[in-house]
Amino acid sequence: MIQVEGLTKYYGARAAIRDLSFSIDQGGVVGFLGLNGAGKSTTLRILGCVLLPTSGTVTIDGYDVTKNPHEIRKRIGLLPDTPPVYDEMTVGDYLAFVAQLRGVSGTQVTARVKEVEKTCFLEDRHGDPISSLSHGYRQRVGVAQALVHKPRLLILDEPTGGLDPVQIVEMRELIRRLKGEATVLVSSHILTEISQICDRYLVLHEGAMIADGSESVLANKLGGADSVEIDIVGGVDKAVTASQAVATVTEVTVWPSGAVHTLRITASSDVRASVVKALVSAGVDVVRVDKVQGRLENIFLKLTHGKETV
Amino acid sequence: MRNVLLIARRELSAYLRTMSGYIIFALMLLADGLWFNVFAVPGPGKKSADVLADFFTGSSGITLIGAVFISMRLIAEERSAGTITLLYSSPVHDWEIVIGKYLSALAFFGVFFAASLYMPVLVAVYGKVSPGHIFAGYLGLMLVASAALAIGTFGSALTRSQVLAAVTSMVMVLTLTICWLLAKVTDRPLTEIVTGFAWWGHFDPFRNGLVHLRHVIYFVLVTFISLFAATRVLEARRWR
Repeated sequence: MIQVEGLTKYYGARAAIRDLSFSIDQGGVVGFLGLNGAGKSTTLRILGCVLLPTSGTVTIDGYDVTKNPHEIRKRIGLLPDTPPVYDEMTVGDYLAFVAQLRGVSGTQVTARVKEVEKTCFLEDRHGDPISSLSHGYRQRVGVAQALVHKPRLLILDEPTGGLDPVQIVEMRELIRRLKGEATVLVSSHILTEISQICDRYLVLHEGAMIADGSESVLANKLGGADSVEIDIVGGVDKAVTASQAVATVTEVTVWPSGAVHTLRITASSDVRASVVKALVSAGVDVVRVDKVQGRLENIFLKLTHGKETV
Repeated sequence: MRNVLLIARRELSAYLRTMSGYIIFALMLLADGLWFNVFAVPGPGKKSADVLADFFTGSSGITLIGAVFISMRLIAEERSAGTITLLYSSPVHDWEIVIGKYLSALAFFGVFFAASLYMPVLVAVYGKVSPGHIFAGYLGLMLVASAALAIGTFGSALTRSQVLAAVTSMVMVLTLTICWLLAKVTDRPLTEIVTGFAWWGHFDPFRNGLVHLRHVIYFVLVTFISLFAATRVLEARRWR
C-alpha cells in the first residue's frame, strides 16, 4: 500500500530524514518509534501530503505524493502532533465541517459524524465547544476528524502525547478498534505507550531507519545481548571478579541498594546458571536472579544508544 | 468551488462566534458615524453631493484600516493553531484555501457597508443626490476593501504571528497610499508611474459618482496579484 524509496527531507542545511526506504502492506498497525527529533513527524507529514520531500519517492495506493497528492489526500486521515481543531466550534459542527472538506456527500455527513463520535467515545460531547474540552477529549476529536471520511490509511502522530495513564489505555483501545477499518500508522517516543498495539515497528534514529520488524523479531535479533540481574549480599569485589571470569560475559555493572547490591551482567548467551555457580563458589550469597527481558524498551534503548542496525 | 464556500462559511461563522469580529465591526461603524457627523456633514451651504463624497473619503480610510485588522488572522491563525495541517492534508487546493478566506472577509465588509448605508440614505432624504452616486461610491468602497483584504491575506500568509501580519499588511497598504503624495513631488514620467500605483487616485472618481473601467481594473489587479502571491506562499510552505 505504501512504497517509500530513498526518502530525504532537509530543513535548510539540516537533514530531518535521510534516505529512508520501506514498504507497508495493507491492514494492521505499524508503529514509528524514535526519540524526539528522530524524523517521525517529518516522515508522517510527508505521507500525509502536508510536506513535500527534498528527494526520493513516496507512493500510496499507486499515487505519488508529489504528482497526485489530491488522490492520496482523499484516501488518508491525518492526526498531527497537536490536534488541528478550531476552538470556537462545537464538536459536531467541527466534525461535519471536516467530513464535507474531505468529500463526504451532504446526505451522509450527519450519519458519519454520529458514527465517529460513537467510535471515539464522544457521543456526550456533540454540542460542546471544543475550547471547553480537556486534552484527552481534544485528542479524541483529533482522531475522530482523521476518521470521519473512512480513510484507507490513518496516520496518527503521537496520539498518546500528553495523556494520563487512563486516557492512554483508552486511546490504545481506540486504535485497536480501528485495526479492521484502515491501515494505521502510529508514532510515539514512549515505547510502552504503543508496545501492545503494533504489528510491526519501524525504529528511526537521527533521521535514519535503524530497525524494522515485529516486537519478537526485534527482540530475537538483539536477544543475544540480554542481561541478567543478580542481587547479592556482601563481597562485591569478589562477585565482580567471579562473574567476569565466566565465559561470554561482556560487561558487569554494580549498583548498591542498602545491604544488597545488584549486579547487571551482560552476556551473549544465557549465563544465569554459570554465574550463580561461580558466585556461590566464591563465597557470595545470592538472593535474587532475574533475566531482563529483551522487551521493546530495552531494544529501543540499545538501538538508540548503541546505534546497532537490525 | 464547494471547498471555497465551505471554508468561507466556516470562517464567517468564526467571526460570529468570537468577540474580535463584533468588536472590529462596532469600532468601524462608530468611526464611520463620527466621521460623517464631524467632517462630512458640517460646512456652510455644503452641497449634498459634496457631503456624500466626503463620507466616502472617510469610509475608504476606515475600510483600509479595518481590512488590515480583519485579514491579519485569516491564515496566520491557522498556522499558529496548527489547523493549517487539517487543510493541507485534505483534498483542497491551496488557492481554494486563499479564496475561501478572502471571500469570508469580503462578505464581512459587505455586511459592514450595508450597515453604514443609513448615512447616504439620510443625505438622499434631506438633500439631493442621485442613487447612481451612492452606488458608485459603494462600488468603490467594495473595491478598496477587496484590494486591502487581498493584501492582508498575503500578509497573513507570510507569518504565524497576527501582529506581524498586520504590520506587514499595513506597510504594504501605506506604501500604496504614500505613492499619491510622492506623485506630487516627482517629475514626469515618474509621476505617472507613481500615480498609477496609488489607490487614492483610482478611488477618487468613485466617491464623486463616476465609474471608469480602468480604475475598476486597478483594484481587481491588486486583488488578483495579492491572492496569487498568497497562494504561492502557501505552496512554498510545503517545502519547509
